[in-house]
Formats: sequence, C-alpha cells, structure tokens
Amino acid sequence: MSGPVTETRDLFAAVPRSEFDVPGTSRGLIDVVRWRYLLNLLVRTGVTTRYRNSVLGWTWSYVRPAAQFLVFWVVLGLFMNLDRGIPNYAIYLFSGIVIINLFSEAFKNATTSIVGNAPLVRKVFLPRQLFAVSAVIVAFVHFLPQVGLLLIVCLLLGWITHISLLSVLAIFAGMVIVMVFALGLGLFFGAINVRFRDAENIVELLLLLATWASPVLYAWTQVQDAVVDKLGWPQWLVEVYMLNPITQGVELFHYAFWRPVTSTAFELPPGLAWNTLWTFLIAIGTLLVGQLVFRRLEGRFAQDL
Amino acid sequence: MSAQTVTKPSIIIDGVRKRFTLNHAFSLKDTVVSWIKRRKLSSEFEALKGLDLVIGEGESVAILGFNGSGKSTLLKLISGVMEPDSGQVLTRGRVAGLIEVGAGFHPELSGRENVFLNAAILGMRRREIEERYDEIVAFSEIEQFIDQEVKHYSSGMFMRLAFSVAIHVELDVLLVDEILSVGDAPFREKCRLKFEELIAAGKTLVVVSHDMEMVRELCTRGIVINKGEVAYDGDIEGAIALVGA
Repeated sequence: MSGPVTETRDLFAAVPRSEFDVPGTSRGLIDVVRWRYLLNLLVRTGVTTRYRNSVLGWTWSYVRPAAQFLVFWVVLGLFMNLDRGIPNYAIYLFSGIVIINLFSEAFKNATTSIVGNAPLVRKVFLPRQLFAVSAVIVAFVHFLPQVGLLLIVCLLLGWITHISLLSVLAIFAGMVIVMVFALGLGLFFGAINVRFRDAENIVELLLLLATWASPVLYAWTQVQDAVVDKLGWPQWLVEVYMLNPITQGVELFHYAFWRPVTSTAFELPPGLAWNTLWTFLIAIGTLLVGQLVFRRLEGRFAQDL
Repeated sequence: MSAQTVTKPSIIIDGVRKRFTLNHAFSLKDTVVSWIKRRKLSSEFEALKGLDLVIGEGESVAILGFNGSGKSTLLKLISGVMEPDSGQVLTRGRVAGLIEVGAGFHPELSGRENVFLNAAILGMRRREIEERYDEIVAFSEIEQFIDQEVKHYSSGMFMRLAFSVAIHVELDVLLVDEILSVGDAPFREKCRLKFEELIAAGKTLVVVSHDMEMVRELCTRGIVINKGEVAYDGDIEGAIALVGA
C-alpha cells in the first residue's frame, strides 16, 4: 500500500542542508526592520481606519485629553487647592497627562495587538513583533496633535524665549524612553494575552495605577516630603520612585514645557540627567525581557489563538 | 515515482510530530471544579505521528485525507505558522501560502490599498507589488471597483481579489489549502490555467483539497494521510481511489 519510501539518510544527497530553511524562524525585532514596508502599511492602516465612520474623526484625539485635563484641573486644582503649591498648574498637569496618554495608548494597543490580529497570526507566517511595533507607532501618531496643543499654549505663554537646546532634547528623550518601555511591556503582556486573556485586565489595572504613580497631578517634592519627612522612611525609596521610566518621562516633559514658562519653579528633581540614562537603560532592559518572553511563547500563538 | 530520486527536494519533512493539548478548564473556577470531580483537565490529540515526506522541486502534490486527518496541520507546519514538537521541516526557496485567502484584508480600506497591504503581508517588496499591481487587478477582473472599500464587495469579488494577490506573489513553493472553489466557473477555469502555468514554470505545488476533479487535473502525485500517518504515497489516481471519491 505504501508508495515510494523516503530514504531519510539520503535527504541531502542532491542539495546540501545549508540551502534549506526552517520555516517559522524569525530573528525577532531585527526582522521588523527588514519588513519595514509592511510596518509602514500597518501603521498607515491603523492611523487612517481609527476614526473611520465617526463624525468628529480626529477631533476625538483632542477631546479625550481635554476632558481628562478639565476634570483634574477643576477637582485637584480648584477644589483641592493643589494649584497653590504648583505655579502654572494647568501647564504642569497637561504636559504630564500628554506623556502618560502616550504610554497608556502604546502599552494597551501593543498588548491587544496579537489577539487583535488573530486571523493573520493563525494563517500567515510573519514576524509578529510587527503588530506590537506598529501599535506603538500608531499611538505615537495620535500623541502628536496633543503635543501640538501643548506647544501652542506654551508658545502663548512665552515658551520660546526661555527654551534651550536641553528642553528640546528632553522632549525627545521623554518620548523615546516612554515608547521603548511601553513596547517592552506590550510585547510581554501581548504574548501572555494569547493564552491568558487576564493580561488585558492586568494591563488596565497597571494603567490606572500609572497615572497616580508618577508626579502628574502632584509634584515629586510632595512624595519626598511624605516619604522622608512624614513617614521617616529612607531616602532611597524616593530614588526608586524616580527611576520609574514613566516618572522620568513626566519629569522630562515638565522640564521641557512647564519649567520654561514658570518663573517661580521649585527645585529640579535630583539627578534628572543621570536618571534619563538609567531609565533609558531600564526601558531597554524591559524591551529585551519582553522580546525574550515573546519569542519563547511565539511558537504557540497559532494554536492557542 | 522513481523520478523523485533524481529531482532536488524542495520540502523535507523528517519524522515530524505535532501534538495538541486541548484545555478543558480555562478559569480557576473550572480548574477547581474539575479537580473535585476528578475529571481530566486537558486531553492530548496527536495530529501528526512521525511523518516522513520528501517533495521534489517542480512536483505538484495533492494531500488527501478525511477531515481531521492532519492535512491542514501539515500545511501550517510547512508555512511556518506552527512549529513541530519533534522532527524537522525544511523548505528551500520562497514559500507562499494560499491558506485561506483574504486573512489580511481590511474591510475599511479600498481594494487598491488592500492589494498593497495583503501583498506585503505575503512577503512582497514594494517594488514587486508596484510592478505587478496592474496584472493583479486585471486577473481579478474588478477594475471598476478597485477604489471602493472592500466591505462593499460581494463575497465573490472579495475572493477574486484576494486570490489574485496571493497567486502573483513571487514564490518557489505554493501551498494551497482548499480554496480552489473560488468564484464562478469561468474564474475557476482561469485559476486552473494559472496553476498550470506555475507548474510549467517549475514551481512546487502542494494542494490540500476535497475537489477531486481539480486535483486530478493539477497534480501528478497524491499523498493520503490518515490519522496523522501516511497511508498512501504515489500516483494521483491511486490516491483518489483510496479516498473514495
């Protein structure tokens, strides 16, 4: 009944082994560079289809942060008098909210990107990191109009006369740190999300905490006062708090946008420059861990989805 | 049959096993309940039990078998979507899968944009797509709708365009999973001719299908898989006779 038996030992008689590829092997994030044309198309698709069939369209990218800003400003600034302690509280608040929103969008989108593209992941082989990377880039594109808004307000308040090269560098450093960090976390939770959809809920929870764990609504000095002076806990706790990449992103944005337009600004966070380097390394480390976990679990995506 | 030893292998499948673990309990509650009732939490299903196959360059092979015999799993292993548990799968040249066409289509985009997106998903470079774009659209015969959103397409039009993109990908090995039933009779005839053109050009073709007529016309070699093992490997007529259609 059986046809021609394949002589397993003579497999490479006609063609050497080196000419064969093992299907399904990817080189992780390096492959994303080789597939940049597809990445480009995925980003364009993500950006253009986001507000399809909505009347206000891109306006929603402004409405959400505006509403968020308004709520915090009225409740925390006016009702709870936080604005007395922090001069120019509105700018302070908004520059923090903007970068936190970048992180939330990027992290959340990257986490759901694999499950969201299930039909493709199940049927076609391509580097799956592409989906997470494109999700982060799409989040970045939506973040740009918010920065634009912030910039306009700052310009009206005379930002341009106080700006230095360092401020511009701080903007870029803040964005890079936050996006790399979000991509790393997104790869990690995105990979886990395939098998355990709990990951999505964990991410929601983390994002809820992220806004409060960084000095967006309050000043970092208040943390210092509370931890060291009131509770009497050691100073290194504050330093750990400052080493959160999101906190650093927020502080860099404060440095870039709020500080130049505020004359009575209080002291700079200690080691802002060095912390930029450390948090960047932490973000890169997160990316490497995320990539490692992603590649470990990647082989099972097609059958688990 | 003996020609196989002369031709260069294009796909090597060497002792490939694939086992699926089916989880019955997903949540913590389910786990506790089934543990109390002493029910099994998961069961194993062996889709492929140590398969050995060599497919030569330029061969057109049909993989036949009943539902659940492991045909599609085999195709997914060759395309790289899944990894074997043991054994190895090796391919030579560019492998393209016609596995459920249209998976990469976005309903909100126009036909034109979808051609580019889907071709890029299948691994084509920008220049290649631009070169072949006219050919792809001409083959699908839906020129006048190409700038409409794909969600307004009829299912036939949708499949035509998806198929047309997939068939124009630069490839050495083409994997076809049960999509030969695309469109109406004239279009199917056109597809068949396109397949024959690919075969004539020396491309390797691996077809999984239940459409025996199409398989008989296209393929020369048939492999029957039954319960994860090769039950027959040889002339296509013998394979068709064995599957009983």
